Amino acid sequence: MSNNQKKNLTPVQQEYQQFQSEREVKRPILKNCIKAFLVGGFICLIGQCIQTFFMYYFDFTEQTAGNPTVAVLIFITMFLTGFGVYDRFAQFAGAGTAVPVTGFGNAVISAAIEHRTEGFVLGVGGNMFKLAGSVILFGVFSAFVITLIKTILIQWGGL
Amino acid sequence: MRTWIFDNNPVIVSTGTVGGPFEAKGKIAEDYDLLHEDLWLKEDSYEKAHKVLLEEASLRATEKAGITKEKVEYFLAGDLINQITPTSFSAKTIGAAYLGLFGACSTSMEGLALASFIVNHGGANCILTGSSSHNAAVEKQFRYPTEYGAQKPPTSQWTVTGAGVSLVMNKGEGPVVTSATIGKVIDMGLTDPFNMGGAMAPAAVDTIETHMKERNIDPSYYDLIVTGDLGHIGRECALDLFKKHHTPIKEKQFQDCGLMIYREDQPVLAGASGAGCSAVVVYGHLLNRMKKGEIKRMLVVATGALLSPLTIQQNETIPCIAHAVSIEHQNMKK
Repeated sequence: MSNNQKKNLTPVQQEYQQFQSEREVKRPILKNCIKAFLVGGFICLIGQCIQTFFMYYFDFTEQTAGNPTVAVLIFITMFLTGFGVYDRFAQFAGAGTAVPVTGFGNAVISAAIEHRTEGFVLGVGGNMFKLAGSVILFGVFSAFVITLIKTILIQWGGL
Repeated sequence: MRTWIFDNNPVIVSTGTVGGPFEAKGKIAEDYDLLHEDLWLKEDSYEKAHKVLLEEASLRATEKAGITKEKVEYFLAGDLINQITPTSFSAKTIGAAYLGLFGACSTSMEGLALASFIVNHGGANCILTGSSSHNAAVEKQFRYPTEYGAQKPPTSQWTVTGAGVSLVMNKGEGPVVTSATIGKVIDMGLTDPFNMGGAMAPAAVDTIETHMKERNIDPSYYDLIVTGDLGHIGRECALDLFKKHHTPIKEKQFQDCGLMIYREDQPVLAGASGAGCSAVVVYGHLLNRMKKGEIKRMLVVATGALLSPLTIQQNETIPCIAHAVSIEHQNMKK
Protein backbone atom coordinates (compact mmCIF):
# COMPACT_ATOMS: atom_id res chain seq x y z
CA MET A 1 0.00 0.00 0.00
CA SER A 2 1.26 3.47 -0.82
CA ASN A 3 2.33 5.84 1.94
CA ASN A 4 -0.28 8.32 0.84
CA GLN A 5 -3.07 5.91 1.73
CA LYS A 6 -1.40 4.92 5.00
CA LYS A 7 -1.58 8.53 6.21
CA ASN A 8 -5.37 8.50 6.06
CA LEU A 9 -5.61 5.57 8.43
CA THR A 10 -6.29 5.96 12.11
CA PRO A 11 -3.66 4.64 14.56
CA VAL A 12 -6.00 1.75 15.42
CA GLN A 13 -6.23 0.77 11.75
CA GLN A 14 -2.46 1.03 11.28
CA GLU A 15 -1.86 -1.08 14.36
CA TYR A 16 -4.25 -3.77 13.15
CA GLN A 17 -2.73 -3.81 9.66
CA GLN A 18 0.68 -4.39 11.18
CA PHE A 19 -0.82 -7.09 13.43
CA GLN A 20 -2.63 -8.74 10.51
CA SER A 21 0.30 -8.72 8.12
CA GLU A 22 2.38 -10.62 10.69
CA ARG A 23 -0.19 -13.41 10.57
CA GLU A 24 -0.82 -13.37 6.85
CA VAL A 25 0.56 -16.27 4.83
CA LYS A 26 2.84 -14.72 2.23
CA ARG A 27 3.07 -15.85 -1.36
CA PRO A 28 6.05 -18.23 -1.71
CA ILE A 29 7.78 -15.96 -4.23
CA LEU A 30 10.98 -17.95 -4.81
CA LYS A 31 9.08 -21.23 -5.21
CA ASN A 32 6.59 -19.54 -7.54
CA CYS A 33 9.44 -18.11 -9.64
CA ILE A 34 11.07 -21.52 -10.05
CA LYS A 35 7.76 -23.17 -10.99
CA ALA A 36 6.97 -20.33 -13.42
CA PHE A 37 10.42 -20.65 -14.99
CA LEU A 38 10.10 -24.40 -15.50
CA VAL A 39 6.50 -24.43 -16.78
CA GLY A 40 6.96 -21.31 -18.91
CA GLY A 41 10.11 -22.83 -20.38
CA PHE A 42 8.29 -26.08 -21.08
CA ILE A 43 5.53 -24.23 -22.98
CA CYS A 44 8.22 -22.47 -25.02
CA LEU A 45 9.83 -25.85 -25.72
CA ILE A 46 6.50 -27.13 -27.08
CA GLY A 47 6.25 -23.96 -29.17
CA GLN A 48 9.75 -24.55 -30.50
CA CYS A 49 8.86 -28.14 -31.45
CA ILE A 50 5.74 -26.95 -33.29
CA GLN A 51 7.74 -24.29 -35.12
CA THR A 52 10.41 -26.79 -36.16
CA PHE A 53 7.64 -29.16 -37.29
CA PHE A 54 6.18 -26.46 -39.55
CA MET A 55 9.58 -25.60 -40.97
CA TYR A 56 10.56 -29.21 -41.52
CA TYR A 57 7.34 -30.61 -43.00
CA PHE A 58 5.83 -27.49 -44.61
CA ASP A 59 7.07 -24.64 -46.69
CA PHE A 60 7.71 -22.20 -43.84
CA THR A 61 10.79 -20.18 -42.95
CA GLU A 62 11.84 -19.27 -39.42
CA GLN A 63 10.02 -15.92 -39.81
CA THR A 64 6.80 -17.22 -41.36
CA ALA A 65 6.46 -20.24 -39.04
CA GLY A 66 5.67 -17.91 -36.10
CA ASN A 67 2.00 -17.31 -36.93
CA PRO A 68 0.88 -20.94 -37.37
CA THR A 69 2.85 -21.86 -34.22
CA VAL A 70 0.99 -19.26 -32.15
CA ALA A 71 -2.31 -20.41 -33.67
CA VAL A 72 -1.65 -24.02 -32.66
CA LEU A 73 -0.66 -23.04 -29.12
CA ILE A 74 -3.82 -20.96 -28.72
CA PHE A 75 -5.88 -23.82 -30.12
CA ILE A 76 -4.43 -26.19 -27.51
CA THR A 77 -5.13 -23.55 -24.82
CA MET A 78 -8.71 -23.33 -26.00
CA PHE A 79 -9.19 -27.05 -25.44
CA LEU A 80 -7.50 -27.02 -22.05
CA THR A 81 -9.56 -24.00 -20.95
CA GLY A 82 -12.78 -25.53 -22.24
CA PHE A 83 -12.13 -28.79 -20.43
CA GLY A 84 -11.50 -26.82 -17.25
CA VAL A 85 -7.90 -27.83 -16.64
CA TYR A 86 -5.97 -24.71 -17.67
CA ASP A 87 -6.83 -22.85 -14.45
CA ARG A 88 -5.54 -25.80 -12.43
CA PHE A 89 -2.19 -25.73 -14.25
CA ALA A 90 -2.16 -21.97 -13.70
CA GLN A 91 -2.65 -22.27 -9.93
CA PHE A 92 0.54 -24.35 -9.93
CA ALA A 93 2.53 -22.45 -12.56
CA GLY A 94 1.46 -18.82 -12.02
CA ALA A 95 3.36 -16.55 -14.40
CA GLY A 96 4.60 -19.65 -16.24
CA THR A 97 1.20 -20.12 -17.86
CA ALA A 98 0.16 -16.44 -17.82
CA VAL A 99 3.08 -14.82 -19.65
CA PRO A 100 3.33 -17.00 -22.83
CA VAL A 101 0.75 -16.53 -25.58
CA THR A 102 -1.27 -19.37 -24.00
CA GLY A 103 -2.07 -17.05 -21.07
CA PHE A 104 -3.44 -14.47 -23.46
CA GLY A 105 -5.52 -17.13 -25.21
CA ASN A 106 -6.85 -18.34 -21.88
CA ALA A 107 -7.87 -14.79 -20.87
CA VAL A 108 -9.94 -14.38 -24.04
CA ILE A 109 -11.42 -17.87 -24.11
CA SER A 110 -12.33 -18.05 -20.42
CA ALA A 111 -14.20 -14.74 -20.64
CA ALA A 112 -16.02 -15.92 -23.77
CA ILE A 113 -17.14 -19.15 -22.06
CA GLU A 114 -18.14 -17.30 -18.90
CA HIS A 115 -20.47 -14.85 -20.60
CA ARG A 116 -22.02 -17.29 -23.08
CA THR A 117 -25.25 -17.39 -21.02
CA GLU A 118 -25.75 -13.66 -21.62
CA GLY A 119 -26.02 -14.15 -25.39
CA PHE A 120 -23.62 -13.89 -28.31
CA VAL A 121 -23.62 -10.14 -28.90
CA LEU A 122 -23.76 -8.54 -25.46
CA GLY A 123 -22.41 -11.59 -23.64
CA VAL A 124 -19.60 -13.19 -25.63
CA GLY A 125 -18.91 -10.22 -27.92
CA GLY A 126 -19.03 -7.59 -25.23
CA ASN A 127 -17.01 -9.44 -22.62
CA MET A 128 -14.54 -11.53 -24.59
CA PHE A 129 -11.79 -8.91 -24.28
CA LYS A 130 -12.71 -7.92 -20.74
CA LEU A 131 -9.35 -9.14 -19.46
CA ALA A 132 -7.33 -9.19 -22.69
CA GLY A 133 -8.50 -5.75 -23.85
CA SER A 134 -6.05 -3.88 -21.68
CA VAL A 135 -3.23 -6.17 -22.84
CA ILE A 136 -4.03 -5.26 -26.45
CA LEU A 137 -4.43 -1.56 -25.71
CA PHE A 138 -1.25 -1.11 -23.71
CA GLY A 139 0.66 -3.63 -25.84
CA VAL A 140 -0.10 -1.77 -29.07
CA PHE A 141 0.50 1.60 -27.45
CA SER A 142 3.86 0.66 -25.98
CA ALA A 143 4.91 -0.89 -29.33
CA PHE A 144 4.02 2.45 -30.94
CA VAL A 145 6.09 4.43 -28.44
CA ILE A 146 9.09 2.12 -28.77
CA THR A 147 8.91 2.32 -32.56
CA LEU A 148 8.77 6.10 -32.32
CA ILE A 149 11.88 6.16 -30.15
CA LYS A 150 13.67 3.77 -32.49
CA THR A 151 12.75 5.81 -35.55
CA ILE A 152 13.92 9.04 -33.93
CA LEU A 153 17.19 7.47 -32.90
CA ILE A 154 17.84 6.06 -36.38
CA GLN A 155 16.83 9.24 -38.21
CA TRP A 156 18.60 11.78 -36.01
CA GLY A 157 20.86 9.76 -33.83
CA GLY A 158 22.73 8.30 -36.73
CA LEU A 159 22.55 4.74 -35.42
CA MET B 1 -27.62 -2.35 23.46
CA ARG B 2 -27.02 -4.44 20.37
CA THR B 3 -28.18 -7.70 21.91
CA TRP B 4 -31.70 -9.08 21.74
CA ILE B 5 -32.79 -11.68 24.29
CA PHE B 6 -35.56 -13.99 23.10
CA ASP B 7 -37.69 -15.01 26.08
CA ASN B 8 -40.46 -16.69 24.10
CA ASN B 9 -38.23 -19.44 22.73
CA PRO B 10 -38.31 -19.22 18.95
CA VAL B 11 -37.57 -22.76 17.77
CA ILE B 12 -35.69 -23.97 14.69
CA VAL B 13 -38.13 -26.76 13.87
CA SER B 14 -36.34 -27.90 10.75
CA THR B 15 -33.58 -27.05 8.33
CA GLY B 16 -32.74 -27.76 4.71
CA THR B 17 -29.24 -27.86 3.25
CA VAL B 18 -28.13 -28.43 -0.33
CA GLY B 19 -24.56 -28.70 -1.60
CA GLY B 20 -22.66 -28.95 -4.87
CA PRO B 21 -20.15 -31.50 -6.21
CA PHE B 22 -17.12 -30.05 -4.42
CA GLU B 23 -19.04 -30.04 -1.12
CA ALA B 24 -19.99 -33.69 -1.71
CA LYS B 25 -16.30 -34.57 -1.46
CA GLY B 26 -15.94 -32.53 1.73
CA LYS B 27 -15.71 -33.42 5.39
CA ILE B 28 -19.38 -33.03 6.30
CA ALA B 29 -20.97 -34.54 3.18
CA GLU B 30 -23.33 -36.79 5.18
CA ASP B 31 -24.95 -33.77 6.84
CA TYR B 32 -26.51 -32.36 3.67
CA ASP B 33 -30.11 -33.12 2.74
CA LEU B 34 -29.26 -33.08 -0.93
CA LEU B 35 -26.01 -33.08 -2.90
CA HIS B 36 -25.60 -32.34 -6.59
CA GLU B 37 -22.97 -33.98 -8.74
CA ASP B 38 -23.15 -31.27 -11.39
CA LEU B 39 -22.41 -27.57 -10.83
CA TRP B 40 -25.07 -26.64 -13.39
CA LEU B 41 -27.89 -28.43 -11.50
CA LYS B 42 -29.37 -29.23 -14.93
CA GLU B 43 -30.00 -25.50 -15.54
CA ASP B 44 -28.61 -23.48 -18.44
CA SER B 45 -26.87 -20.82 -16.37
CA TYR B 46 -25.06 -20.74 -13.04
CA GLU B 47 -27.36 -17.99 -11.82
CA LYS B 48 -30.39 -20.24 -12.38
CA ALA B 49 -28.56 -23.07 -10.63
CA HIS B 50 -27.96 -20.67 -7.73
CA LYS B 51 -31.70 -20.01 -7.52
CA VAL B 52 -32.48 -23.73 -7.57
CA LEU B 53 -30.13 -24.34 -4.64
CA LEU B 54 -32.17 -22.04 -2.41
CA GLU B 55 -35.51 -23.37 -3.68
CA GLU B 56 -34.51 -26.95 -2.96
CA ALA B 57 -33.19 -26.13 0.50
CA SER B 58 -36.45 -24.30 1.31
CA LEU B 59 -38.50 -27.20 0.05
CA ARG B 60 -36.52 -29.69 2.19
CA ALA B 61 -37.00 -27.50 5.28
CA THR B 62 -40.78 -27.34 4.87
CA GLU B 63 -41.03 -31.05 3.99
CA LYS B 64 -39.05 -32.06 7.06
CA ALA B 65 -41.28 -29.91 9.28
CA GLY B 66 -44.32 -31.54 7.71
CA ILE B 67 -45.91 -28.31 6.57
CA THR B 68 -46.89 -26.98 3.16
CA LYS B 69 -45.12 -23.92 1.79
CA GLU B 70 -48.38 -21.96 2.09
CA LYS B 71 -47.95 -22.11 5.88
CA VAL B 72 -44.73 -20.08 5.65
CA GLU B 73 -45.58 -16.49 6.51
CA TYR B 74 -42.30 -14.72 5.82
CA PHE B 75 -39.18 -15.52 3.84
CA LEU B 76 -36.01 -13.69 4.88
CA ALA B 77 -32.96 -14.49 2.76
CA GLY B 78 -30.12 -13.15 0.68
CA ASP B 79 -27.07 -14.00 -1.40
CA LEU B 80 -24.01 -12.35 -2.98
CA ILE B 81 -25.14 -11.77 -6.56
CA ASN B 82 -25.96 -8.24 -7.77
CA GLN B 83 -29.36 -7.11 -6.49
CA ILE B 84 -29.71 -10.54 -4.78
CA THR B 85 -31.64 -11.86 -7.77
CA PRO B 86 -31.28 -15.63 -7.10
CA THR B 87 -32.97 -15.14 -3.72
CA SER B 88 -35.70 -12.88 -5.09
CA PHE B 89 -36.40 -15.35 -7.89
CA SER B 90 -36.71 -18.22 -5.45
CA ALA B 91 -38.99 -16.06 -3.27
CA LYS B 92 -41.31 -16.00 -6.26
CA THR B 93 -41.50 -19.80 -6.13
CA ILE B 94 -41.88 -19.95 -2.35
CA GLY B 95 -44.67 -17.37 -2.43
CA ALA B 96 -44.40 -16.10 1.15
CA ALA B 97 -44.05 -12.44 2.14
CA TYR B 98 -40.42 -11.69 1.37
CA LEU B 99 -37.73 -9.43 2.76
CA GLY B 100 -34.44 -9.57 0.84
CA LEU B 101 -31.33 -9.23 2.97
CA PHE B 102 -27.77 -8.35 2.15
CA GLY B 103 -25.02 -8.85 4.68
CA ALA B 104 -22.55 -10.58 2.35
CA CYS B 105 -21.46 -13.80 4.07
CA SER B 106 -23.14 -12.74 7.33
CA THR B 107 -26.60 -12.96 5.74
CA SER B 108 -27.36 -16.37 7.30
CA MET B 109 -27.26 -15.06 10.86
CA GLU B 110 -28.74 -11.68 9.92
CA GLY B 111 -31.75 -13.66 8.70
CA LEU B 112 -31.91 -15.96 11.73
CA ALA B 113 -31.63 -13.01 14.15
CA LEU B 114 -34.43 -11.12 12.41
CA ALA B 115 -36.63 -14.20 12.05
CA SER B 116 -36.22 -15.04 15.75
CA PHE B 117 -36.94 -11.44 16.72
CA ILE B 118 -40.14 -11.34 14.69
CA VAL B 119 -41.31 -14.73 15.99
CA ASN B 120 -40.34 -13.87 19.57
CA HIS B 121 -42.41 -10.68 19.50
CA GLY B 122 -45.42 -12.31 17.88
CA GLY B 123 -44.97 -10.75 14.46
CA ALA B 124 -45.31 -14.16 12.83
CA ASN B 125 -45.50 -17.84 13.75
CA CYS B 126 -43.57 -19.41 10.91
CA ILE B 127 -40.60 -17.84 9.12
CA LEU B 128 -38.25 -19.36 6.59
CA THR B 129 -34.75 -17.86 6.60
CA GLY B 130 -31.49 -18.72 4.91
CA SER B 131 -28.77 -17.82 2.49
CA SER B 132 -26.97 -19.38 -0.44
CA SER B 133 -24.00 -19.01 -2.75
CA HIS B 134 -22.86 -20.70 -5.94
CA ASN B 135 -19.13 -20.94 -6.59
CA ALA B 136 -19.21 -20.22 -10.32
CA ALA B 137 -21.86 -17.49 -10.18
CA VAL B 138 -20.15 -15.64 -7.32
CA GLU B 139 -16.59 -16.01 -8.65
CA LYS B 140 -17.78 -14.69 -12.02
CA GLN B 141 -19.02 -11.53 -10.37
CA PHE B 142 -16.34 -10.87 -7.79
CA ARG B 143 -13.19 -12.21 -9.42
CA TYR B 144 -12.13 -13.44 -12.84
CA PRO B 145 -13.96 -15.79 -15.19
CA THR B 146 -13.96 -19.23 -13.54
CA GLU B 147 -11.67 -20.79 -16.14
CA TYR B 148 -9.19 -17.89 -16.13
CA GLY B 149 -5.76 -19.03 -15.04
CA ALA B 150 -4.84 -16.57 -12.33
CA GLN B 151 -2.76 -17.85 -9.47
CA LYS B 152 -4.60 -17.31 -6.20
CA PRO B 153 -2.51 -16.31 -3.18
CA PRO B 154 -2.48 -18.57 -0.08
CA THR B 155 -4.78 -16.12 1.74
CA SER B 156 -7.68 -16.50 -0.70
CA GLN B 157 -10.76 -18.59 0.04
CA TRP B 158 -13.09 -20.90 -1.88
CA THR B 159 -16.73 -19.88 -2.38
CA VAL B 160 -19.13 -22.60 -1.25
CA THR B 161 -21.81 -23.93 -3.59
CA GLY B 162 -24.70 -24.50 -1.28
CA ALA B 163 -27.82 -23.22 0.42
CA GLY B 164 -28.89 -23.52 4.02
CA VAL B 165 -32.38 -22.68 5.21
CA SER B 166 -34.08 -22.93 8.59
CA LEU B 167 -37.71 -22.78 9.60
CA VAL B 168 -38.24 -20.71 12.74
CA MET B 169 -41.55 -21.18 14.57
CA ASN B 170 -43.07 -20.00 17.82
CA LYS B 171 -43.50 -23.56 19.10
CA GLY B 172 -42.32 -27.02 18.24
CA GLU B 173 -39.44 -29.43 18.77
CA GLY B 174 -35.89 -28.41 18.08
CA PRO B 175 -32.99 -26.15 19.04
CA VAL B 176 -34.00 -22.82 20.56
CA VAL B 177 -32.67 -19.42 19.52
CA THR B 178 -31.96 -17.59 22.77
CA SER B 179 -30.31 -14.31 21.80
CA ALA B 180 -28.72 -12.35 18.99
CA THR B 181 -26.15 -9.57 18.76
CA ILE B 182 -26.25 -7.34 15.70
CA GLY B 183 -22.86 -6.31 14.39
CA LYS B 184 -21.44 -2.89 13.64
CA VAL B 185 -19.53 -2.17 10.45
CA ILE B 186 -15.84 -2.27 11.24
CA ASP B 187 -13.24 -1.16 8.73
CA MET B 188 -9.60 -1.64 9.55
CA GLY B 189 -8.47 -0.18 6.26
CA LEU B 190 -7.50 -3.44 4.59
CA THR B 191 -7.79 -3.46 0.82
CA ASP B 192 -6.80 -6.95 -0.33
CA PRO B 193 -9.89 -8.77 -1.66
CA PHE B 194 -7.89 -12.00 -1.60
CA ASN B 195 -7.53 -11.80 2.16
CA MET B 196 -10.99 -11.34 3.57
CA GLY B 197 -10.42 -13.45 6.67
CA GLY B 198 -7.84 -10.99 7.94
CA ALA B 199 -10.18 -8.08 7.22
CA MET B 200 -13.21 -9.67 8.92
CA ALA B 201 -11.53 -10.87 12.13
CA PRO B 202 -11.89 -7.55 14.04
CA ALA B 203 -15.63 -7.44 13.26
CA ALA B 204 -16.09 -10.97 14.63
CA VAL B 205 -14.07 -10.15 17.75
CA ASP B 206 -16.08 -6.97 18.35
CA THR B 207 -19.43 -8.75 18.04
CA ILE B 208 -18.39 -11.66 20.28
CA GLU B 209 -17.01 -9.39 22.99
CA THR B 210 -20.09 -7.17 22.86
CA HIS B 211 -22.31 -10.25 23.11
CA MET B 212 -20.47 -11.51 26.22
CA LYS B 213 -20.58 -8.08 27.87
CA GLU B 214 -24.22 -7.32 27.13
CA ARG B 215 -25.44 -10.76 28.17
CA ASN B 216 -23.06 -10.63 31.11
CA ILE B 217 -21.74 -14.15 30.50
CA ASP B 218 -18.36 -15.76 30.22
CA PRO B 219 -17.23 -17.40 26.92
CA SER B 220 -17.21 -20.74 28.78
CA TYR B 221 -21.04 -20.54 28.78
CA TYR B 222 -20.85 -21.83 25.21
CA ASP B 223 -19.57 -25.24 24.16
CA LEU B 224 -18.77 -23.79 20.78
CA ILE B 225 -18.25 -20.32 19.38
CA VAL B 226 -18.22 -20.68 15.64
CA THR B 227 -17.40 -17.99 13.09
CA GLY B 228 -18.71 -17.94 9.53
CA ASP B 229 -15.80 -17.83 7.14
CA LEU B 230 -12.66 -16.39 8.70
CA GLY B 231 -10.46 -19.17 7.34
CA HIS B 232 -7.01 -19.96 8.70
CA ILE B 233 -5.69 -16.41 8.71
CA GLY B 234 -8.80 -14.75 10.09
CA ARG B 235 -9.12 -17.32 12.86
CA GLU B 236 -5.49 -16.84 13.89
CA CYS B 237 -5.98 -13.07 13.95
CA ALA B 238 -9.19 -13.34 15.98
CA LEU B 239 -7.61 -15.70 18.53
CA ASP B 240 -4.66 -13.35 18.99
CA LEU B 241 -7.00 -10.37 19.33
CA PHE B 242 -8.90 -12.20 22.10
CA LYS B 243 -5.61 -12.86 23.83
CA LYS B 244 -4.68 -9.20 23.52
CA HIS B 245 -8.06 -8.09 24.95
CA HIS B 246 -7.85 -10.75 27.72
CA THR B 247 -11.08 -12.40 26.59
CA PRO B 248 -10.89 -15.98 27.91
CA ILE B 249 -11.80 -17.93 24.78
CA LYS B 250 -10.15 -21.32 24.41
CA GLU B 251 -8.66 -22.28 21.07
CA LYS B 252 -10.60 -25.55 20.95
CA GLN B 253 -13.91 -23.88 21.65
CA PHE B 254 -13.41 -21.30 18.87
CA GLN B 255 -14.01 -22.88 15.46
CA ASP B 256 -14.71 -21.65 11.95
CA CYS B 257 -17.32 -22.92 9.48
CA GLY B 258 -14.94 -22.17 6.61
CA LEU B 259 -12.51 -24.74 8.03
CA MET B 260 -15.11 -27.45 8.75
CA ILE B 261 -16.67 -27.92 5.35
CA TYR B 262 -13.81 -29.28 3.24
CA ARG B 263 -11.12 -31.90 3.72
CA GLU B 264 -7.52 -30.94 4.33
CA ASP B 265 -6.49 -32.18 0.88
CA GLN B 266 -9.06 -30.11 -1.04
CA PRO B 267 -7.36 -27.12 -2.70
CA VAL B 268 -9.21 -24.33 -0.89
CA LEU B 269 -6.13 -22.40 0.35
CA ALA B 270 -7.17 -20.40 3.46
CA GLY B 271 -10.61 -22.03 3.77
CA ALA B 272 -14.17 -21.72 2.52
CA SER B 273 -16.29 -18.58 2.25
CA GLY B 274 -19.54 -17.39 0.73
CA ALA B 275 -23.03 -16.70 1.99
CA GLY B 276 -23.81 -20.41 1.85
CA CYS B 277 -20.79 -21.40 3.95
CA SER B 278 -22.07 -20.62 7.44
CA ALA B 279 -25.63 -21.55 6.40
CA VAL B 280 -24.85 -25.14 5.32
CA VAL B 281 -22.44 -25.81 8.19
CA VAL B 282 -24.71 -24.46 10.93
CA TYR B 283 -28.05 -25.70 9.59
CA GLY B 284 -26.60 -29.04 8.56
CA HIS B 285 -23.57 -30.28 10.47
CA LEU B 286 -23.74 -28.23 13.69
CA LEU B 287 -27.47 -28.54 14.36
CA ASN B 288 -27.20 -32.29 13.73
CA ARG B 289 -24.47 -32.43 16.36
CA MET B 290 -26.68 -30.43 18.71
CA LYS B 291 -29.55 -32.87 18.17
CA LYS B 292 -27.18 -35.73 19.02
CA GLY B 293 -26.34 -33.87 22.22
CA GLU B 294 -22.68 -33.24 21.38
CA ILE B 295 -23.22 -29.48 21.58
CA LYS B 296 -25.50 -27.95 24.19
CA ARG B 297 -24.99 -24.25 23.59
CA MET B 298 -23.36 -22.52 20.68
CA LEU B 299 -22.80 -19.01 19.45
CA VAL B 300 -22.77 -18.62 15.69
CA VAL B 301 -20.97 -15.52 14.42
CA ALA B 302 -21.44 -15.13 10.68
CA THR B 303 -18.91 -12.72 9.22
CA GLY B 304 -19.31 -10.66 6.07
CA ALA B 305 -17.02 -8.49 3.96
CA LEU B 306 -19.18 -5.70 2.52
CA LEU B 307 -17.18 -5.05 -0.61
CA SER B 308 -18.02 -5.00 -4.28
CA PRO B 309 -15.76 -5.42 -7.33
CA LEU B 310 -16.33 -1.71 -8.01
CA THR B 311 -15.16 -0.50 -4.59
CA ILE B 312 -12.04 -2.65 -4.87
CA GLN B 313 -11.18 -1.19 -8.27
CA GLN B 314 -11.68 2.31 -6.87
CA ASN B 315 -9.19 1.46 -4.09
CA GLU B 316 -11.72 1.59 -1.28
CA THR B 317 -11.13 -0.33 1.92
CA ILE B 318 -13.13 -3.40 2.95
CA PRO B 319 -15.84 -2.72 5.56
CA CYS B 320 -16.77 -5.83 7.53
CA ILE B 321 -19.59 -6.98 9.75
CA ALA B 322 -20.46 -9.93 11.99
CA HIS B 323 -23.79 -10.97 13.48
CA ALA B 324 -24.00 -13.40 16.39
CA VAL B 325 -26.89 -15.71 17.23
CA SER B 326 -26.92 -18.09 20.18
CA ILE B 327 -28.60 -21.46 19.67
CA GLU B 328 -29.23 -23.82 22.57
CA HIS B 329 -30.44 -27.38 22.90
CA GLN B 330 -34.10 -27.35 23.88
CA ASN B 331 -33.47 -29.15 27.16
CA MET B 332 -31.05 -26.44 28.24
CA LYS B 333 -33.73 -23.80 28.23
CA LYS B 334 -37.20 -24.22 29.66
